Parts: sequence; C-alpha cells; structure tokens
Amino acid sequence: MRESRVARRALGAAAVLALIQAVLTVVWAVALAAAIAPVVMSGAGLQQIRTPLIVAGCAAGGRALVAWGFESTGRVGAQRVMSELRLRLTRHVLEARPLTHGAETTGELAAVAVQGVDGLELVFARYLPQVMLAVVVPIAAIGWILRIDWISAAILTVTIPVIVFFMILIGLGSEQRAKARWSALQMLGGRFFEVVRGLTTLRVHDRAEAQVAMLERVGEDYRRETMSTLRLAFLSALVLELAAALGVAMVAVALGIRLVDGGIGLQAALAVLILAPEVYQPIRQLGAQFHASADGMVAAEEIFAVLDTPGVLVEVPGQRVAAPSVARTAIVFDQVSVEYPGRGVPALTEIDLELRPGEFVAMVGASGAGKSTVANLLVRLIDPTGGAVLVGGRDLREIDADDWRSRIAWVPQQPRIFAATVAENVRVADPDASDGAVWEALRRAGAQELVSGLPDGVETILGEGGRRLSAGETQRISLARAFLRRAELFVLDEPTAHVDGVLAAELAQVIRTLTAGATTLAVTHRLELVHAADRVVRIDNGRITSGQHLGVLA
Amino acid sequence: MTTTGRALVSAVRQARVGLWLPLAALAASIATVAVGAALLGTSGYLISRAAERPPILALTVAMVLVRAFSVTRAIMRYLERLASHELALGALARLRAGFVARLIPLVPAGLPRVRAADLMSRFTADVDQLQELFLRGLLPPIAAVVVIALAGISAAVMLPAAGATLVVVLVAFAILVPVCTGAVARAAGKRQAQARAVLSNRVVDVLEGAPDIVAWGTREAHIAGVEEANATLMKLGRRDAYAGGIASGLGGLGAQMAALAVLVVAVPAVRDGRLGGVLLAALVLMSLAVFEALTPLPVAAQNLAACGQAARRLEECVDRPIPIVDPDLPATPGPGRTLTLSDARVRFTPDAPPVLEGIDLELRWGRAVAIVGPSGSGKTTLCEVLARLRDLDGGQALLDGIPLARLRQSDVRRAVTLVPQDAYLFPTTIAANLRIARPDASDAELYDALGRAGLADWVASLPEGLELSVGQDGAQLSGGQRQRLTLALGLLAPGALLVLDEPTSHLDAESEAAFLDDAHRAAVTERTGLCIVTHRLSGMERFDEIIVVESGRVRERGTHAELLAAGGWYASMVSATAV
Repeated sequence: MRESRVARRALGAAAVLALIQAVLTVVWAVALAAAIAPVVMSGAGLQQIRTPLIVAGCAAGGRALVAWGFESTGRVGAQRVMSELRLRLTRHVLEARPLTHGAETTGELAAVAVQGVDGLELVFARYLPQVMLAVVVPIAAIGWILRIDWISAAILTVTIPVIVFFMILIGLGSEQRAKARWSALQMLGGRFFEVVRGLTTLRVHDRAEAQVAMLERVGEDYRRETMSTLRLAFLSALVLELAAALGVAMVAVALGIRLVDGGIGLQAALAVLILAPEVYQPIRQLGAQFHASADGMVAAEEIFAVLDTPGVLVEVPGQRVAAPSVARTAIVFDQVSVEYPGRGVPALTEIDLELRPGEFVAMVGASGAGKSTVANLLVRLIDPTGGAVLVGGRDLREIDADDWRSRIAWVPQQPRIFAATVAENVRVADPDASDGAVWEALRRAGAQELVSGLPDGVETILGEGGRRLSAGETQRISLARAFLRRAELFVLDEPTAHVDGVLAAELAQVIRTLTAGATTLAVTHRLELVHAADRVVRIDNGRITSGQHLGVLA
Repeated sequence: MTTTGRALVSAVRQARVGLWLPLAALAASIATVAVGAALLGTSGYLISRAAERPPILALTVAMVLVRAFSVTRAIMRYLERLASHELALGALARLRAGFVARLIPLVPAGLPRVRAADLMSRFTADVDQLQELFLRGLLPPIAAVVVIALAGISAAVMLPAAGATLVVVLVAFAILVPVCTGAVARAAGKRQAQARAVLSNRVVDVLEGAPDIVAWGTREAHIAGVEEANATLMKLGRRDAYAGGIASGLGGLGAQMAALAVLVVAVPAVRDGRLGGVLLAALVLMSLAVFEALTPLPVAAQNLAACGQAARRLEECVDRPIPIVDPDLPATPGPGRTLTLSDARVRFTPDAPPVLEGIDLELRWGRAVAIVGPSGSGKTTLCEVLARLRDLDGGQALLDGIPLARLRQSDVRRAVTLVPQDAYLFPTTIAANLRIARPDASDAELYDALGRAGLADWVASLPEGLELSVGQDGAQLSGGQRQRLTLALGLLAPGALLVLDEPTSHLDAESEAAFLDDAHRAAVTERTGLCIVTHRLSGMERFDEIIVVESGRVRERGTHAELLAAGGWYASMVSATAV
C-alpha cells in the first residue's frame, strides 16, 4: 500500500484494536471455562457462577465493540485514501496529461475513482485488521496457555508453522493461478461483452448463433481446465484445514490424558480447549480476506497506473515568462515533431509553419494526418518531442502556459459540455463575465433559440446528469465560449465535423464573424472555411505537403 | 409470486445446474459446519469426562471420534470447495450463453429504442451478477436453515430446553444481522447516492473534458469542484462507516450469545439432574461452533437482492415478443438479385405514427441507389427492413419476387448484406473481424475485399498485416480506416445486394469522396447492387437514383441532375452545403 501516511495510521489503529481483541479473547475463554467447570464438577447453580458469566458476557460485548471499531476505522481509512487518490488523479490529468488519446477508458476510470472506495474498504476494514489479529491473537493465546499447560502450547506452536507454511504455499501458487484464472476470466467476460456489443454485426452476417455456441464452449473448457487445477490447488488448503482441525483434536486428547492423570484441572483444560480454535481462526481467515482485498486493491492500482504514466506536457526548468501578444508576433513551428508514446509512427515529422499576426490559415488533410496535433500544440495540450514552437522567438515551453492559453479561444471537434448550467458552461471562457456578456455571446453563436427553448433558460443544467445536447447545439455553446473570450488567437479543430450540411454552413458563417481579423488556425475540411482562409496548408502523414491555396480542391 | 421471484426462478432454470451438483455442494457445506461442531462438542465431552478421572480406556471412543471428526472436517471443506466452484463456473457459462441466445432474435427491432451501448453494458453486468446467485446467494441460507435444525435437534436430544434456546438465538441472529446489515447499507447508499453522483459527474468532466479545462484555463475551478464534492462525500461516508460497523459488531456477537444462552438454560438442568454434567461443556462448545453457518448470511442477503434485481431487469430485457420469425415452410430462395419495397410502412408500436410510410424502392444488380435526408428521418429503420432485421407493418418487400416473410432470415441475409451505422469492430485482428462475414475466406480473399474497400495497401504496409489487432471497438484505427474495414466486411459477405448505413459519417470531405468512389466501384462494377444511406450529399452524381426521405416519407426522387433541376429540398441542401 503506497499511501503510507494514511495507511500507517490505519495500521496503528488496527494494531491497538487487535491487542484489545487478543486480551478479550483470552478473558472470554477463561471466564466461560470458569462458568462451566464448577457446574460440571460440583453442580453449582447460576448464582455461584454469576461473576464468570457476567465477565464472559462483557468480554463478548467487548469483542463486538472491537469488531465495530475495526470496521468503522477501516472504512474511514479507505475513504481517506481514496479521496487522496481522486485528488491526485484530478491534478495529474489536468496538469500533465490533458490528452488521454483513449488509452484508458475514462468512464471506467471515473467509476473506479468514485465507486472504487467500496473495494478499498474491504482492504482497510477486513484485510488489515486480519493481518494484525493473525499476529497478535495467536501469540497472546499461546502465551497464556503456556502458563497453564505447556503441552497444549507446544502442540499449537508446532501446528501454526505448518499452517503458515501451507498458507504461503497456497498464496504463492494461487497468486500465479489466480492471475492466470483472472486473465482467463477477463478473457471470458470480454468475449461475452463483445458478443453482446457486436450482436447486430453478428446477426447481419448470420453468425450470432455460432457465437453463442462458442461462448458456452469456451466457458465449459475454462471450467474443465480450472477444475483440474483447483483439485490440486485445494489440496494445500486441505492440509491447512487438517492441521487446524487436528491441532484442536490433539489438544483435546492431550488435555484428556492429563486430566485423567490429574495433571490439570477441568477449568484450566476447558479454557485451553476454548482458546485452541481461536488461535487458528484469525490465521485461517487471513487467506480468505486476502483474496477479497486483492480485488479491492484493483481500484487503487488502476488509478496508480494512470498516475504513473508520464505526462505529455514537458516543463522546461526556469522562470516562466509572460506570453507575448499574438496580435503583433508570429507563431513559428520550427522543425516540430511529435511522437505519441506507444505509437510507432510519429504524428508530426519536422514540420515548419508560420502563423502571421491576423492571418487565417486553414489546415486540410486526410483523417489521421496530424492536423489535430498541430492544433493541440498551439493550445499546449501536448508539447513537441522534437523541434519547438516559437512565439516572438521564444520557445512556447518557456512561456507561462496559463497566460498563453488565456489569449486563445479553442473550438474543438467535440467540445466538452460540463455538468453545469448553460451560463456556467459559457463562462468557462471568462468566469467574471456579466450575464449580459454571456447572453451576447450566446446570441452571436446563434444559440439564442436553443437557450430560450430550454426549461430553465441559461440556468438549465447540461452535461452528465443534465440535459444532453446534439452535436450542433454543443458546437454553438462552444462558439459562445469563443465569442465570450476576446482572444488574439483562434484554434479551430474541425468544429463542424459532426454536424449536418445545412447547419455546418450556418456555423461556418458564425465562425467567420468570430475570427475576423484575429490570427486563426482552422483545421477543417469544409469548403466554406477553406474559402475564407488567407492561406491553406495541407498535411499528409505528419508532413506539410503544400502551402498553396489550390491544394485542397483536388 | 413476485416478478423478482419469478425472474430468479427463471435464472436458476437457465443456469441448468441440474440437481446433484447443488445438492452435493449444499451437503458438503452443511457437513463442514456440522462436523466442526461435533469436533468441538466431543472435545468438550472428552475433557469433562476425563475430569472424572475414569480409566483411560473409557475415553477411547471419544478420542477416536475427535480425531476422526477433525480429518472429516478438512475433507468436507475440500469437497465443498470443489463442488461449489464446479457449480459456479458451469452456471456462469450457461447463463451467459442462455441469455445471449434469448437476446439474439430481439436485436435490433425487438428492443426498446434506448442507447444500445447502455443497454448492452447493463445486460452484460446483470448476467455476470447472476454468477453470485448459487454460491453466495442461495446456498448459504439453505445450509444455515439445515444447520440450525440439526443443531437444535442435537441439543434437544441432550436437553430439550437447550435445543429450543439455541434455535431461538440462532434464528434471531440469522434474521437480525442480515436485515441490519442490509438496512444500514441501503440507508448509506441512498444518502451517498446524490453525493456520489455529483462527484462522479465532476470526475468524469475532468477526465473527459481535460483538454477543454486546460485550454480554457479553468483548471483550479475544476479541481476545487472535485475537492468540494469529495469533502461532502467524505462527511457522509464517515457517518455511514460508523453505522456500518454496528452490523459487523453484531455479527461477531452471535456465537458467544448462543453459547451463553445455552449455558444459562443448561446450568439449572445439571443441578436438577436433567442433564449429565459431562454434557454441559459439549452443549456449550457445540453452540459456539454452529454459528459458523450464519456468517455468510449478510453477504448472501445482499447478493440475493442484487441478483433479484439483475434477474428482473434481464427478464424485462429479453422477455419480449420476437419481432421476426422464420416461416414454417420457407420458400426456396432465388438468386438474390432484386429487392423491391412497395408502399412499405413501419411503426414501432401499433398506436404510434409510422416511422416509414409509402416507401417504394428497387435495389438490384448493377444499380446504385442513395437514400438521403436529415437525421431521424427513418433511414436506419429502412436499412433494417432491407436486411430483414425488421418486418413491415404494411406494403410489400420482395426478394426476387418472393415476399421476405416467406423466406428464411438466413436466406435473406445471404442475399442482402447490411453494413450497419457505426458497426462494432471486435477487439481482435483485422483477419478475424473480416472472417465474421465469411469464416472460410482465405487470406487472398481477405486482401481482395480490403483492396476493393481501399485498405489493402495500408494493411500490407503494416508489420502485423492482417494480424493487426484493431483494439477495443477499433480504437487502433482512424475513423476512415474503421469505415473502410466495415465496408470490406460487407464486400466479403456473400450478399449481392449491399446496404451501407451512413458509411461516411466519420470521414472528412476528401476521404468521403474517395470512399464513395471506392464503394461505388467495388459494389456496382463487381457483382452487386448498392444502396447507400447518408445525410451528406457529396458524390451523388454517381447514383442511378437518389431518394430523399424526410419524416419517413419519400419527398423527392430522381437522379442528381433531375433533383437539382426540380429545385426542391435536395437542390436547396446542395446549394447550402456547397456555398
């Protein structure tokens, strides 16, 4: 567990509770024996055994209280850890890796970051306490037994290593097996999910029934294979159980023999017998809790996997300087290359490009040619892996990123509509904008009708858990953002890619008024935007192939 | 019976676990607890008897029994594990296959018109939930009931009052603990649901909207938003953690309470001579040990509730009328060269307005038809009709002059190949994806189809070639490559009539033009009739007929030139997009 500070605190609490639990376990056994023995030996009544009965009852109550303590402190600990992880995840993504490139399924990651706490609670409320109990309780119990009956103590002490040995054996073997089984299970689950997701495709090609037969067959194969390994695997567990059960049996028999000899009294013998299973219990439970908690750790590990991936924004050491005005200086791409980790082919190879103040440059090229990468470089969602983007002769990476971005309006292909009101969604561009300014921006983006059609107008909640917008509506909100920000540089990344023809033409019109006179890079394939450009740059396979106006129309 | 109960019964039936395996698992799990209780009880007796200091021979039987019980217990546990794993693994495989088999005939026309991806995720999650049904749902309560009965009887043989007491305490805890655990968890869930939803929305916003947040410079505000939602949830969570601990504490209390209660009842009996003193310890220790059967109950109760809901949702999902059935006496299919619709009408429900009405369409070899119109005009439904994934409510659909309804579905689909909109790509290799269309196709045939779809050069240039894994839902491919791969899939299929639903929706203008060129050439010149459904109007000059569909009705039809000349909707669309 890498969350050392929180985890250490939880561990400390668990240790204290485990100590109390160990003492209570011994008290319980002694008191119960003290309540039974006089009745058996001399026919004592309830009156005579009142004190041990009450003590036993209190010990039982105390044990329940400790169990409560384990559970509640463990859960709180898990929540703390998860909360810390969430915040670290948020910061990591926003500060170092804004572009995820679909490497991880974000929806799943979000679910893990929120619901994963349930699994982690198992780790903190069950597994950690069990580790402590497995150490403390046997030691305390055997220590106490040693004072009364060294033979029983010896039997228990000898069997424990056997149990521990087999547990480690099970653990070692089953970890690999569990991994293999887990991946097989994942595979099966994945197959199942795929078949369901692809049912329409399968039906169209009349392959659905065959896939069902396949599902049942691989499931059966898996069952047969697993069972043959399990038959062997459970043998270690069998030995473990055997050692524990035989340990109790041997203690009972040894106690019987000594009782006949008169070497020990009934009360002491009973106490030892009651304690004997309690010695094994926490150790045996450890295995089960370990497996349950292994699943619980998955959530934390998934988040760590993201936290451990290096960022794509490269911070150059040294003082950040304020961003120069783009209205007066050109932006120059100097031999810029970008390679995304894990992709063999570079997204951009040594491109040179200049955006002059006030110029509208359209960038065209086939899907996947690297157009969006150029846009992302400008907004600094990524940094070059070779060469540099220069503004006023200065490397963009030396310029204060937030200051730089505050001069840009970014209109991407699929803008994010946040779980917030319409107004808040527009104010993303300028948190201090007045209501009037927001309305004006919405109006200029042609979103007036849209907003007046919403139940609560600009106060309507959008996004996750709110009203979903169509691609065209989303783009209008995005354009309203751009209108609200008095930007010096407009970066448009296929803003009308997901919109019908008529609407796209309408939006293109809006975009032309939006960007009039400002430096603009428009990644687009729409003729109407291309026609508006001062210059057209064509990009193919990560290289600029033409800067001519006519390049596109071919 | 409640619908949930009925759904659970149906799920149990679908798992086809038989009778013997569940019984074996049940018997072994009961025996494990029972033998454990016998072990402790006999040990208690052994010690009490030994304290009377009889000749050692008098203890032999008890000593042998104690050892025998300890060995038996270990073996019973082993058998229990084997049987229960066998049961669970087999059940899961059959549940998955069984539910998918019931889902197949409903796809897509028989399912509610909600987002397909959501429906399918829900469906798979629910089926997987059901794997808990036997092992951690149904078996523990049954085992607990039997163990409680056995323990009660054994105790009653020694002392009737003790038997009754033991049963009362065990039953009380068997009900109280799961109910309490469930109530606390439900209350917490309800309280936390809102806070979790808010937090989840904000985390999703950050993870999916990170570029927007960074670009617009609202990072700190979003971090603060997550922090705030997080703190709210933490506050609620802490309270619920303390409440949740109560259930856990109660669970630990049961065994001791059972032992003490039996002790209190038995002590006067020993005094009266109704119970032999040597049996007292046996009785108490046995009571302590049987509680083991009750420990899995809270989890079982939660699992049963979750499985019940899952089963009910699944039944709701698959228990629907099958929209298309094969005729009892199917007609012999023709060569599959002409498909005609006349006056076709489709409604989703009998009282809803028709989604398609009065559609006439002819699709045949060597002919290319384009169906255009705004989104939501019923074009996808029309595609489903052509591939007989949906039946008409009025009018006629004929394949080679034979009504589709008189043909086997597989015969129709052998003649008509539909490439659905956003067709799903399986996370496997290019070759395996293609062979869905024709399992026995050779690599050369795959390359031929890829070539006609304009993808062969790219695939050949890959180091992995046909063996390239396309990733989750084609994530390793660009939008254009994806759509070309699905086109290749369609070209590889045996159908001579090819229907492409929005094949260029993810392409830019240049790729779209090239794609349409390739599709048109591949389809029309090789061997096929082509029908393309689209809301974009590029490359329409190639088509023999363009049918403009709006709100489920044909608005205009003709060639590109004719429609332009007519000056209707089509002409205005073309001029609007061309600027």
